[in-house]
Amino acid sequence: MTVSVEHYLVLAALLFAIGCAGVLLRRNMIVILMSVELMLNAVNITFVALARQTLSMAGQTIVFFVMTVAAAEVAVGLAIFLAIYAQRRTVNADEISLLRW
Amino acid sequence: MSPPTDHATTAAAVTLATSLLRWIPLLPLIGSACGIFAATTGRSKLVHVTGPGSVLLAFFVSLFAVAQLWTLPAGGALVDNVFTWISVAPLHIDLSFRVDALTSVMILIITGIGFLIHLYSLGYMHHDADEARFFCYLNLFVASMLILVLADSLPVVFIGWEGVGACSYLLIGFWYQDTANADAGRKAMIANRVGDAAFLIGMFILLWSMHDLGAASLRFEDINRLAPQLAQHAPMVVTVVCLLLLFGATGKSAQIPLYVWLPDAMAGPTPVSALIHAATMVTAGVYMIARLSPLYVFSPEALLVVATIGAVTALFAATMALVQNDLKKILAYSTISQIGYMVLGVGVGAFAGGVFHLMTHACFKALLFLGAGSVMHAMSGELDIHKMGGLKKQLPKTRLTFLVGCLAIAGVPPLAAFFSKDLILESAFAGGHVILWAIGLLAAGMTAFYMFRAYFLAFEGESRVDHETAHHLHESPSTMTIPLMVLAVLSIVAGWVGLPHGVLWGNQFGHYLEPVLAHVPHHEVAGSTVLMLTLVTTATALTGIFVAYSFYLKSPGTADRLAERFHGIYVLLWNKYWIDELYDRLFITPYVIFSKFFWKVVDAMLIDGVVNGVGISVGKTADVWRRAQTGNVQHYAAAMLLGAVFTCGLYWWLS
Repeated sequence: MTVSVEHYLVLAALLFAIGCAGVLLRRNMIVILMSVELMLNAVNITFVALARQTLSMAGQTIVFFVMTVAAAEVAVGLAIFLAIYAQRRTVNADEISLLRW
Repeated sequence: MSPPTDHATTAAAVTLATSLLRWIPLLPLIGSACGIFAATTGRSKLVHVTGPGSVLLAFFVSLFAVAQLWTLPAGGALVDNVFTWISVAPLHIDLSFRVDALTSVMILIITGIGFLIHLYSLGYMHHDADEARFFCYLNLFVASMLILVLADSLPVVFIGWEGVGACSYLLIGFWYQDTANADAGRKAMIANRVGDAAFLIGMFILLWSMHDLGAASLRFEDINRLAPQLAQHAPMVVTVVCLLLLFGATGKSAQIPLYVWLPDAMAGPTPVSALIHAATMVTAGVYMIARLSPLYVFSPEALLVVATIGAVTALFAATMALVQNDLKKILAYSTISQIGYMVLGVGVGAFAGGVFHLMTHACFKALLFLGAGSVMHAMSGELDIHKMGGLKKQLPKTRLTFLVGCLAIAGVPPLAAFFSKDLILESAFAGGHVILWAIGLLAAGMTAFYMFRAYFLAFEGESRVDHETAHHLHESPSTMTIPLMVLAVLSIVAGWVGLPHGVLWGNQFGHYLEPVLAHVPHHEVAGSTVLMLTLVTTATALTGIFVAYSFYLKSPGTADRLAERFHGIYVLLWNKYWIDELYDRLFITPYVIFSKFFWKVVDAMLIDGVVNGVGISVGKTADVWRRAQTGNVQHYAAAMLLGAVFTCGLYWWLS
């Protein structure tokens, strides 16, 4: 069995869905951040797969950008969580809802 | 009606352009600015110089301008085009000034008598803390009044017209700390507003029909030149315009039906009453009708209304003056009555006669008011003539000049009003208005009576002054008595420029004004008739004086017995025919009810209801929707996902 581009796309879709579910359903902010990483990597797989399919370097290049941004995002995100934890002793998303009505 | 000869057309022939004229109103305006400076920085000494000084300079400039005018042939004019004010095709209005024979009389009255009254005010207002503010207003008034008479078009007249109205309001309510004074100011303002609205409408209608004739202009020169075409083109329009302008004049000149504000206007300082409410502003209506006389003569109906209003006002106001006890109120009603004469004069076509009486009246009425002010000054503000008596001992100069004023207004020969009032009554008689003549004659008798009633009660007989006041009685300072003496001399000689036809130099004044005023041909009146009329008028005046003498000096108490006997009439007069109350019921109360309806129902319920309703409903809706803002990041993420799914779905569905 040859591994076609569809396989990659299905895998990416599954990973994205899992990440999405994680973001929406988990309470711990760190886990949510990890789920976001999962979604980003699902997108990365799509990029690489389609880059190969279309013989274009653009998709491969953009993956590096995504990874860089993801790293930066994690750094900022974790710093924020630490600050919140220092203040409120929790990193649960449903307990941090100050900016509401 | 035989067609009036058109003097105005030929009058436009010789004009001399000069930039001198703008300084006449500008100088008092600068004086007023100095007044503002003085009032705000507390340097009230400054206005002692700039207040009377600026008016004196304006008087000299006016004299110079008039001298220049006299070098021109009869019917000439000086013009000064300052700048273009409004230019909206096809309408073009310049701010330009013009001095012709009529204006020359007016500017000399305004600046000359204005200066004397400013001088008097130096003494009168000496103890007032707000002296600077007073002179600021008074100068502003003189500037506005000069703009009014110098203007060469109706819109520019209107600037002055509104300006004098505003100054009148400010000065009546000068001592605004007392609510009654402020109310009087408002009453004057509102009554004038009613007239001004009519004036404006008249001006617009006139402009419209002038435009129909191909000359969209409101310059007096154009109006008076095109008056014959206008009368041919739309006779109804001429009548309507004349009546609307007359209504405007009744507001400013305190005639029936808008005279009610003038008696209340006495709340202001006395020099104000003298300058604004006797000598100048209130005669603006007469001036305006004289200025537009070439238009007025084309509407005999309007002229008849003018004459009737004048005559009825003259009598009506005179009857009210008979029973007043307040010296200034007597003079106020007398002013209304005398302006009634002027309006009667212009109404019967004696335009020069009306302006003549305007001039003589400015002299003797300013004198009488300033005399009253001098009495008031001496009596610590007391104005009730029943609380005076025998003042001739303490106030000899005031008494003498006041007596001259009374003789002048009563029409005793050869003082001022004898000639001017006689001319008006004679013209009324010659014009065939015998009823109006009779009314005027009756009013003349009453004038003599009430003026001498005031004189006898105030200056002659036993003193009824209470002890406290009697102690302080003193003659006024010379800044006050000198203007009185100058005005007294003027009240004697002012009439001599307009002697009856055929006597000495004759009616020079009428001859001087002839080129600018319309001429109404009269029936020839025989010389013997004129003499008879003069004798009748003089006899009436002397009778009035004699009756006053016998009622109040010879056998005091007669007046009270008469009042007892004719109690109904006395009450009617004492309550001024209940006109104020009538206006209150007829106009003010319904207006207040109407306003309350608009306030409480339309404004508070309808408009506020809609505005607040929109606000409240937005608030209520937001109250529901803001629940979506939970503050939980995951909810927002879910919303984002839904949005993305929706967008993709839409894209998929559409493609």
